[in-house]
Amino acid sequence: MNVKKIFIVLKREYIERVKKKSFIILTLLSPILFSLIIFVPVYIKVVIESEEKVIAVVDSSKLFYDLLPETKDIKFKYLRDKTFFEAEQEMVKEGYYAVLFIPNNVLSIPTVTLSSLKSPSINVKLHIINSLKTQIEALKLIKNNVDPSIIYAVKTNVNVNVVKINERGERKTISSDLRLVVSVISAILIYIFIFMYAGMVFKGVLEEKTNRIVEIIASCIKPFHWMMGKILGIGLVAITQFFAWIIITLLISFIIGMSLSKTYLMESLIQNNQQLIPFNILQQSQLNFSEILKYFNKIVSLINFKVIFFTFIIFFVFGYFMYSAIFAAIGSMVETDSDAQQFTLPITLPLLVTILLLSTIISNPDSPISVFLSILPLTSPVVMLIRIAYGVPIIEFIISVLFLIAAFILFTYFSGKVFRTSLLIFGKKITYKDILIWLKS
Amino acid sequence: MKTILSIKNISKSYINKIALQDVTFDIPEGCIFGLLGPNGAGKTTLIRIINQILIPDKGEIFFYDKKLSLNDLIYFGYLPEERGLYKKMKVCDQVIFFAQLKGLSKNEATEKALLLFERLNMKQLWNKKIEELSKGMQQKIQFIISIINNPKVLILDEPFTGLDPINIMLFKNEIKELQKNGTTILISTHIMPSVEELCDRIVLLNNSRIVLEGEVYYLKKKFKKNLYEIEFEPPVNNILIAHNINYQIIETFVTSYGTIIYKLKVNNENYSTKDLLQDLIKTGKIIKFNEILPTMEEIFVNVIKNQ
Repeated sequence: MNVKKIFIVLKREYIERVKKKSFIILTLLSPILFSLIIFVPVYIKVVIESEEKVIAVVDSSKLFYDLLPETKDIKFKYLRDKTFFEAEQEMVKEGYYAVLFIPNNVLSIPTVTLSSLKSPSINVKLHIINSLKTQIEALKLIKNNVDPSIIYAVKTNVNVNVVKINERGERKTISSDLRLVVSVISAILIYIFIFMYAGMVFKGVLEEKTNRIVEIIASCIKPFHWMMGKILGIGLVAITQFFAWIIITLLISFIIGMSLSKTYLMESLIQNNQQLIPFNILQQSQLNFSEILKYFNKIVSLINFKVIFFTFIIFFVFGYFMYSAIFAAIGSMVETDSDAQQFTLPITLPLLVTILLLSTIISNPDSPISVFLSILPLTSPVVMLIRIAYGVPIIEFIISVLFLIAAFILFTYFSGKVFRTSLLIFGKKITYKDILIWLKS
Repeated sequence: MKTILSIKNISKSYINKIALQDVTFDIPEGCIFGLLGPNGAGKTTLIRIINQILIPDKGEIFFYDKKLSLNDLIYFGYLPEERGLYKKMKVCDQVIFFAQLKGLSKNEATEKALLLFERLNMKQLWNKKIEELSKGMQQKIQFIISIINNPKVLILDEPFTGLDPINIMLFKNEIKELQKNGTTILISTHIMPSVEELCDRIVLLNNSRIVLEGEVYYLKKKFKKNLYEIEFEPPVNNILIAHNINYQIIETFVTSYGTIIYKLKVNNENYSTKDLLQDLIKTGKIIKFNEILPTMEEIFVNVIKNQ
């Protein structure tokens, strides 16, 4: 194998693509956009919503004076001599964020009115609901001669620690909520990445064929070496872009993170991800922030990001190699994008089926169909990424990687054969029969 | 003369077509060799086999005395008929890229490219993108790419297609210059006057086989029809000219400045040019005597039609 020539092609592919304005813009803008999507809501919460909000309370029942708990940004001012109407009139003058009206019969009909100039934030509403709920429940208990402290003492949160035991008796604790999100995101990312860059290989070959550069290249280098140089060059572009995205995202996160108060940031992140926190915790009468933080840290620590990252890289690299070899062969056989459809459909069909089966795989990651699809090379990059977050037996992982590598070698070999022959065929529609003949030759 | 390329019994078939059948010929070192033939005769297939883009079903090619191998490609230059360049790439980067694929180091490639650009007055194109250039300019860049590695064998497939007369002249001069410097040139072309002007030897392919081979001069001699054109200054003895059984008068006409031109065809094989000239001198004052040799175009058409 002429490594020097492969390197020359690789270098050209890499430099020409990395120099492109579109590459630079996409590489720089994507993480900025991604960071904005994450941090703008957080920023709004932290900076805008952290302003002190004074809520005027008109309590007709006179049961809650000085009892509603205050937070760093939510304060209550009890207007003992004012009516609800008067309080509303003073809202602008006094700078109240809202006026809370607690009616007389709040114990029998627990409905209060919150009046404000603009819609109150969800945090304010939640805080009022939780505070009143706790107080009303306590009052009701006292009314029925029950000590509230007994009730809180017997209140029990049940957590299920799912433990997975493998053949060797090793135990693994599973937390499924965040895992689901992480696995789906990484599976979608690997799918997008593989097809984005394999598509680049296809476009590159098609461009060289339609621009009639092929013949001069073929007279300098073996088509197979050329194909390898191209695939490796674009693969390197992918890895560059991938790491640039990670670094830029981390950098932006760090800068934004530094500019915001750490506690506020975490608080806001948790509030943004409340759906991830089990219902029973939310149901607790008091939202204990440190407890949530502990829980959040616990579930994050349970996910082995190193393993996911490693799996992502392995399956991306070999998945990309395999698909790009196939796509290079397809690019060499056609002269327009539309001609390629008849060849790309059978290749992408298994992945489309996988997408349709996604919910089945997620709900049962160890079922025979999930295991089969995570070993089948055409689907394994996506399915293995879904399964890995839930824990995959090492033997299945190794088999899957070996199958993928074998498929990559096999497809590259056959693609090379097709590539070599079809590259210089112009003006003829290539059929599956032709491909079979070339493969046999 | 030493043989640089020896094509031996090359055969190649595609799925539904025989492209080459038992093609054998030698290319002497330092000559300009014409590879001729109608469309579909198998010229491009043969060129691709020489460039090792295609593998023949049968036969071998020898470079000097050794079987041609992939490593020998660094001694070859190739300007294909189907040509194109990376449109978005800079001219200099493109030339250096192909030169590196031909085995030159980056420094050698840059140095050689700069020299060639200067010689062909193209230095102003160095930093331009290919898409900014005219088709003719792109063709010149491709020509530079094909000769940048100082090839021992330069293969040009239809090199004059799409060029204006000035650039055709420039290409021809470059080809002659390369020949002077020892490069062997294999040209496949349909432009027959160029073949006559440039080629020392030719091979004519038709229906995948060689139908004619030889040096251009001797082929012309071989296909001559014993036609002569003689110009007289009046007066001419018409009766004496007309009564010679060794030739027949094909055409007579008087030029605008009063001279008379006779076109004759000699019928007798034993009647030499010397005999003809001696007989004609008696009839009047000859100011021009010319043996009409067939053009390569006529030979080409004649041979192909007779196949």
